[in-house]
Amino acid sequence: MASECKPCRAVREAFNRRSVLLAGAASAFVGSLGLRSRRAAAAEELNCLVWCDHTDPALLEPFEQAFDCKINVKEYGGTGEAVALLEQSQPGDWDVFVVDSVDVPNMVEKGLMAELPDAEMPWADIFPELHQKQLHYKDGKLYAMPEKFGYNALAFNRDKVPEAEARKAAVMWDPKYAGRIAIYDYYIPTMEMVALGMGIRPDTITKDDLPQIRDKLLEMKKLASVVGDVPTVQNALITGAADIIVAGGEYSVVNLMKENPALDWVLPAEGGIRWMQAIGVFASSTKQKLATEFVKYILSPDGQARLATSSCYWAMPTNSKASLPDDIKKVLRWDEQPGFIAASYPYFIPDAELDAAMQEVWTQFLQA
Amino acid sequence: MRFHFSRADLRDWGLWPAVLWTTLFFALPLAAMLAMSFAERVAGKITFTWTLANYAAFFTRAGGTFVQALINSLEVTILATILSILVAYPLAYILAYRVPAKWRRILLVLIVLPFWTSYVIRSYSWLLVLSQNGIISQTLLDLGLIAQPVGLGNSRFATVLGFVHFFAMLLTLTIFANLIQIKDSYRRAAADLGANNWQVFWHVTLPLSLPGVAVGAFLTFVLAIGDYITPQILGGNRELLLPQAIMLQIGRQADFPLASALSMILMLVVTVAFLVSAKRLKMERV
Repeated sequence: MASECKPCRAVREAFNRRSVLLAGAASAFVGSLGLRSRRAAAAEELNCLVWCDHTDPALLEPFEQAFDCKINVKEYGGTGEAVALLEQSQPGDWDVFVVDSVDVPNMVEKGLMAELPDAEMPWADIFPELHQKQLHYKDGKLYAMPEKFGYNALAFNRDKVPEAEARKAAVMWDPKYAGRIAIYDYYIPTMEMVALGMGIRPDTITKDDLPQIRDKLLEMKKLASVVGDVPTVQNALITGAADIIVAGGEYSVVNLMKENPALDWVLPAEGGIRWMQAIGVFASSTKQKLATEFVKYILSPDGQARLATSSCYWAMPTNSKASLPDDIKKVLRWDEQPGFIAASYPYFIPDAELDAAMQEVWTQFLQA
Repeated sequence: MRFHFSRADLRDWGLWPAVLWTTLFFALPLAAMLAMSFAERVAGKITFTWTLANYAAFFTRAGGTFVQALINSLEVTILATILSILVAYPLAYILAYRVPAKWRRILLVLIVLPFWTSYVIRSYSWLLVLSQNGIISQTLLDLGLIAQPVGLGNSRFATVLGFVHFFAMLLTLTIFANLIQIKDSYRRAAADLGANNWQVFWHVTLPLSLPGVAVGAFLTFVLAIGDYITPQILGGNRELLLPQAIMLQIGRQADFPLASALSMILMLVVTVAFLVSAKRLKMERV
């Protein structure tokens, strides 16, 4: 019979079946007590309808602890999806809404947004170009605050594409990179990026411009290795299926740069498209005060730093005083922001007719 | 007054839960989708105008792109179904007739194992395997068979491969279930009458196993033609399949009426596939 060492025997005896069961039951009981006490302690809950960057516990926990509350987040992947969710909800179900700034007027028009206390918001610290009052105000009343922004520009692999070339829009259709170009599949920013590269300002695009934009897109499709959503184009860059992401930007690479320092992003000299998301409170929320405090927390220097680097995607905080460490500032190209903001164009949302025409061009591009 | 329930009454009442379930979770949603397909989305709002415009858009919109998307879907699905059958049939045959009974259970578990992995994770895993710095490209490079890394992902080939990996397992199970029901006496009788192994297979085993093949092929067809994830992840949007075209209407444009019309057309295709294979679909044999 094989002998058993003393420590082995001690371990075996300590973990016999009964003791394991007892320990399990005890820990389950203690766990349930802890859960109950925590739930009991969290007097209020906030239900937030958000983009995925707001689901990071590192962003939410400081507020939960400071205000002794629980934040429930529901993420969505497109404004249409958010609207569908809201249509299926009861008034009062939701408290906080994170939405693209360009969609704020529509939400205000629908009567979904509550007025925010303008004087309590840190406007002085927000980059002036990002105020865009026509989006966040209506009839002199504030309904949402710009909280995070970034660019549809160019992301690239420095080992394969020199930065000097990535700073020129023509790299998007350079035959030298045939089979190594990934194209982000959101038609509005990508078509506007292509227009910029062709010398057309995004806010001046008309139906007459679409044939030449379509021709350029079809030319680009022949050079593309992949057209896809954010994870798909990121994956293409990581796996070597692409060296350039058209309409990529900080959001597509900065959280990967630690693992792969060769990944980078830049705004071409011709400019890029500036996206921005805003945060507001639902008019039907029964927790207006707490929800407003959450908005103020998100816009604070600490909240902004956490939001900028939240796990789903990184991007620029709108608050110029955000407490960003130097290494984060470097990957976000923080020092270049004044120049990038000046050279970029806000998301231009076409009217319904132009939008339909753009979608048609995009569908043809996808099928080509 | 006394109530008397016959066995037939009880049997009829017993059907009600199934009828209720099908009504609530199939018939009503389908009716809602059908109604939506006759609506219009104007200036961001959906209006029930009972128009056929969405069905007309299938043929006319974007230079016939949606028709091409359906053709692409059919090509990919049929190819995936045929390849899956070619992979699955020999596997099921070996499992049913060549593997000792004591090993069958373990092999069946091994066959089912891929189903336990998330569909999305499995697709992304394939993308890594097929990428330029993936295992296939690196092996070919190391063997000196290629000079430059080769990327096989983001293509129709990758989409079909992803489908075959998943559905060959499903088909193996349906064909295996059918094969083990074929009585040994049939095959022995054929052999006694002088048929060689090939003739036994061709004239006895294969015809009797076709219901299992048909059920598996039908399930593969239905699941593959409606699948969005695999072509989206592995296909790299190099071409558009109909489920992707449907998602494009919803995700970016919230055009539920057009998406509903396209979905109804997809459903029509599945219905035709069902009617074509209905004669062969004998579920009790699987």
